[in-house]
Amino acid sequence: MQLSMFFQHLANAVSLGSLYALVAIGYTMVYGILRLINFAHGDLLMVAAYIVYYGRGMFHLPWPVSIVLAVALTSGTGIIVERAAYRPLRNSPRTTILISAIGVSFLVENLGLVVFGGRPQSFPLPAMFDSGSAKEIAGVRVENITFVIPAVTLLLLLALLHIVHRTKVGMAMRAVARDFDTAGLMGIDVNRIIAVTFAIGSALAAVGGIMWAMKFPQINPLMGMMPGMKCFIAAVFGGIGNILGAVIGGFLLGVAEIMIVAFLPSISGYRDAFAFVILIGTLLLRPTGLLGEKVAEKV
Amino acid sequence: MQLSRYWKRDIVILLVAAFVVAWANGDLEGLLGIPGWQSYTVRIINMCAINTVLALSLNLVNGFTGQFSLGHAGFMALGAYTTALLTMSAAAKDRVFFMTPLVEPLRKLTLPFLPSLILAGLVAGVFSLVVGVPALRLRGDYLGIATLGFAEIIRLVIQNARSVTNGALGLKGIPPVVNLWWTLGAAVLCYLMLKNLISSSYGRAFKSIRENEIAAQAMGIDLFKHKLLAFFISSFWAGVGGGLLASLLTTIDPVQFKFPLTFQVLLMVVLGGMGSLSGSVISATIVTYLMEFLRVVEETHYLGSITIPGVPGLRMVIFSLTLVLVVVWYPKGLMGDRELSAEGLKQLLARFRKAIRLKGESSS
Repeated sequence: MQLSMFFQHLANAVSLGSLYALVAIGYTMVYGILRLINFAHGDLLMVAAYIVYYGRGMFHLPWPVSIVLAVALTSGTGIIVERAAYRPLRNSPRTTILISAIGVSFLVENLGLVVFGGRPQSFPLPAMFDSGSAKEIAGVRVENITFVIPAVTLLLLLALLHIVHRTKVGMAMRAVARDFDTAGLMGIDVNRIIAVTFAIGSALAAVGGIMWAMKFPQINPLMGMMPGMKCFIAAVFGGIGNILGAVIGGFLLGVAEIMIVAFLPSISGYRDAFAFVILIGTLLLRPTGLLGEKVAEKV
Repeated sequence: MQLSRYWKRDIVILLVAAFVVAWANGDLEGLLGIPGWQSYTVRIINMCAINTVLALSLNLVNGFTGQFSLGHAGFMALGAYTTALLTMSAAAKDRVFFMTPLVEPLRKLTLPFLPSLILAGLVAGVFSLVVGVPALRLRGDYLGIATLGFAEIIRLVIQNARSVTNGALGLKGIPPVVNLWWTLGAAVLCYLMLKNLISSSYGRAFKSIRENEIAAQAMGIDLFKHKLLAFFISSFWAGVGGGLLASLLTTIDPVQFKFPLTFQVLLMVVLGGMGSLSGSVISATIVTYLMEFLRVVEETHYLGSITIPGVPGLRMVIFSLTLVLVVVWYPKGLMGDRELSAEGLKQLLARFRKAIRLKGESSS
């Protein structure tokens, strides 16, 4: 393999990994607090992408407005999902909530099919990201979006770490994640903190969804299914409940996926299976993930 | 023993059922000149029976043993492909495998339907052991996502192993052997087997694992062995169900066996009640029937000059919404973990009558 080829793959790998990382954060935050795989999280990518699509295509909104609108509405969707489908089940067995989450995920996807139609749409790209904008650097063709995705992810990660570790809300989030009941006894409004967590996670998913659509500008109502699953796997791989772990897990998963296909093109048909192999390997060998702490089982 | 007390009644029920099946299936046409039922009706009944097998088998693992598996579609795929490859004639296989020829022993091999179906179940069962040995160490949602992953891996292998499965092109021209005798027979056999299993000491062990693993282990139950057994039997029937489905549809391809298929079966199990066999039977029947009935909303209707546009995908919106509403408001589903029985029905009827009588007295 030529060196320039390698760098080409590396550039792709880094931007895909950053996307995974961004979405994985949402999974890890929700799991950290509710111990719930929020199946609908991946579908929020789709919701955000379609809001931008219609904002640009139907209402001719300027880019910044449609992006902010998409993030806000997706965030709202996340809060509504939590309020309607998860909060009433707070004291139910975990599998019950999981079934509810799977149901919500299918509901969002099929509503997408009904409202947006099943035909894939081509996502409008701003001038700075369209195919003519690609730059040639030392023989490697790199599109602008490839630089933007890691930068945005890094920025949002720093902002999130600031919120979680330096603000009062963040402290409350950590307290709720540590111990639900005790946090409530300490005067923390647990339901509000969970809503805030969903809002932040969904907003990150929205940004991820918009950037996903800019990188792969074909959107359809089921586009969030696979990325959602993979980002959850990334979160498990990095150590569920740990924000930095989710980022590292997402990043490694993206890089590994691209590199395996690049170096072993004969197994490229198994690309989607690769994440599941990582998941099963992680769960069996190191269930707490790369950065997770060991939790003692309470009898 | 109950058997001796009720055997006359049971035989009458069996005979009547056999007569109805023969009538519906069209077997009486040659004999008595009575035509069979409409093929559309028969097809729906076939689907109901197959879905019953699938729902019952998933319920054994998810409902009775409390191990949340999301891998049903993968085992169905194994069963469907096994049945298809074993029942198709050599000529039919050569027609379908025009891109990559089928590997040799399979190319010439053609078996009758029954051994193919049993082998389909066994293939799915053996793979369930391969999946179960690592996966069943996990619990709750992790088990769910791991089995989902295994199912997806099985599907991707099927999609990529062109010389065995014809890859993404799928298989066409599978002999349409199944009729009501096969599907209803499988459903009844599955029901009876699971019913006996559930009321045996194994069944009690399954339920105790569901209620509390640590307590079950403390009582001397080998957790791993029992979980694996439940998983094996469940996957065996998933394979049989997949085989029946393949023969009913006559075409299969890997895309059919994605996660939404598992979701459909899970929906039936949850609506019927996790841990109720009769609940699964009832809800598989209702859901299958509604799936067909609700096709109406997806089709465009013309009423004179008015056009009511159909909305494709609305059926699944209705079903997923139902699932969420049921889980949130009525998590036990239709039957909870109770079973439908003649005595239970009598009691219910008596209670109903009493309530009406009381109401009548209070109003007069």
